[in-house]
Amino acid sequence: MQQAATFSAQTAPPPPHELRRGKSSGALGDAIFAAACRSAGVLVLLLLGAIILELFLGGLQAFRTFGPAFVTSTEWDPVQEVFGAGVSIYGTLVTAVLALVMAVPLAFGIAFYLTELAPPWLRRPVGTAVELLAAVPSIIYGMWGFFLIVPFMSTTVQPFVIDTLGTLPVLENLFAGPPFGTGIFTAALILAIMILPFIAATMRDVFETVPPVFKESAYGLGCTQWEVVRSVVLPYTRVSVVGGIMLGLGRALGETMAVTFVIGNANRISASLFGPGNTIASVVALEFGEAELGSLKLSALLGLGFILFVISFIVLAASRFLLRQRLKA
Amino acid sequence: MSATLHSASGPAKDMRVAAALGRRRRHVSTAVKAACYAATGVGLLLLLSILGTLFWNGFSALNLKVFTEVTRPPGSEGGLLNAILGSLIQTAIGTAIGTPIGLMVGTYLAEYSKNSPLANAVRFVSDILLSAPSILIGLFVYQILVVPFGGFSGWAGSVALAIIVIPIVVRTTEDMLRLLPDTLREAVIGLGAPKWKMITLVCWRAAASGIVTGVLLAVARVAGETAPLLFTSLGNLNWSLSLSAPMSSLPITIFAYAGSPYQDWIALAWAGALIITLGVLGLNIAARSLLRRK
Repeated sequence: MQQAATFSAQTAPPPPHELRRGKSSGALGDAIFAAACRSAGVLVLLLLGAIILELFLGGLQAFRTFGPAFVTSTEWDPVQEVFGAGVSIYGTLVTAVLALVMAVPLAFGIAFYLTELAPPWLRRPVGTAVELLAAVPSIIYGMWGFFLIVPFMSTTVQPFVIDTLGTLPVLENLFAGPPFGTGIFTAALILAIMILPFIAATMRDVFETVPPVFKESAYGLGCTQWEVVRSVVLPYTRVSVVGGIMLGLGRALGETMAVTFVIGNANRISASLFGPGNTIASVVALEFGEAELGSLKLSALLGLGFILFVISFIVLAASRFLLRQRLKA
Repeated sequence: MSATLHSASGPAKDMRVAAALGRRRRHVSTAVKAACYAATGVGLLLLLSILGTLFWNGFSALNLKVFTEVTRPPGSEGGLLNAILGSLIQTAIGTAIGTPIGLMVGTYLAEYSKNSPLANAVRFVSDILLSAPSILIGLFVYQILVVPFGGFSGWAGSVALAIIVIPIVVRTTEDMLRLLPDTLREAVIGLGAPKWKMITLVCWRAAASGIVTGVLLAVARVAGETAPLLFTSLGNLNWSLSLSAPMSSLPITIFAYAGSPYQDWIALAWAGALIITLGVLGLNIAARSLLRRK
């Protein structure tokens, strides 16, 4: 009762000058706050612009020295000061695409399981486990790959594959070479494991946007679960599924630590999947320490960064364009 | 008459075909489902394998010295104290710089300008930054902070982490503010409050658990980041808490130690890896349960 009385006393109309002052201070506060929010937004825009600009300016010396050959040349010789990005661009693309080839079917299986097959009480724990897999830092994947997967590859998988597939006429070159355990294939395998949870989680989110009525109609016609997913869910979500895969590709392209541990770090393009290689990110991470300020090598590394940024930007922009229709309503 | 009989015998034959087709469809479905169960099994097995390896190698290397001694040359019983502190400091400063900016940007997108060209551009750029290779953010900060100010520093590392924090906070803040019903805003405005009070005193408070979730996820993400620190805070094997000098961090130390030929350093790397993974996964679980309770 007392409270109500105070309340009514407070809401009694203030004198006119009070009202005006209150209003104008609110307007001033609003203007400041709105300006602060907007300038924070502009800051983010400038940030991306600055990243592109700084990487480009940093790489300018290398671009000027080598011209377009910087992108295509496969030579990387710090002693002669000849730098070409060809090998690392090749390694980046090959490992990322191989990783996708391995990760996408698995991710689809997990998404199918989580949306259609799993009993409701299991969906959340399994979904959380997949998301936790995405949260593990990449350096941990690198260590795990280096101490667990690499020995396993060199003692078990690679000798077996070299002895069987390596003797076939066409596949011979693909699986040639000594079984070091490191190399392009191992890097792609670790990358696949790293991007698997991202793609699986996106696919699950996308699958869940299919209206239940569509699926129920198909089940009502007697479709099996696989037929429902193949003929209803996948056609309905096709564009977004591709977007999710592109998102995984974007992650795989720029991954640094895990790849650096297992790829073998050699600047050559080998026909064998078991051969060593490098990626843009691994070259930058490993050789940066040896690049002096102002040297051509530092400029070449920043130029590599610029190329990686351009590639990732295209892939991520495409992914966002494809995903937006479904997930960001 | 005979024609009717003939056509009546037709469906009987079709039934056999249909039954065979049905069996085949069921078999295909079963096979695909089995493959999906297997895929999920592989996914869970990978998580178990990673955690198992970490616990197996990490716990045997974990002792009090890890937390009380600084990094030492191989063979002389060092710990990870400076790396742990360096990681905490840089993560804290990075989060402290990145969170307010991300919060303001998310507020701008959700409350001020939902679909203007500027807002769409900001949202696009923020999404790109969210997935951009973190090593490039390290290179960028090297260019703008390390080169002009004459050296690697803890500040540079913190700024690199802040740039990674921003888009994560932007995304969760915008999503959470968008979930609030407009009637809430109308009620506040109807009471005569200015918009900035509506946002700070009502909207942020109503969305607080979601925003905190975003911040926790951002902390979890940057705490394990290695690549952006390589060219910014560099890592430091000596005791130093100065933000203007190269600063040690757990991921960088793990990177250096795991690749070394010394057994005691490798053991320390496993201990560090266990600490960081437990911290990151713990933060993730905390963030998730916070969001679910809401």
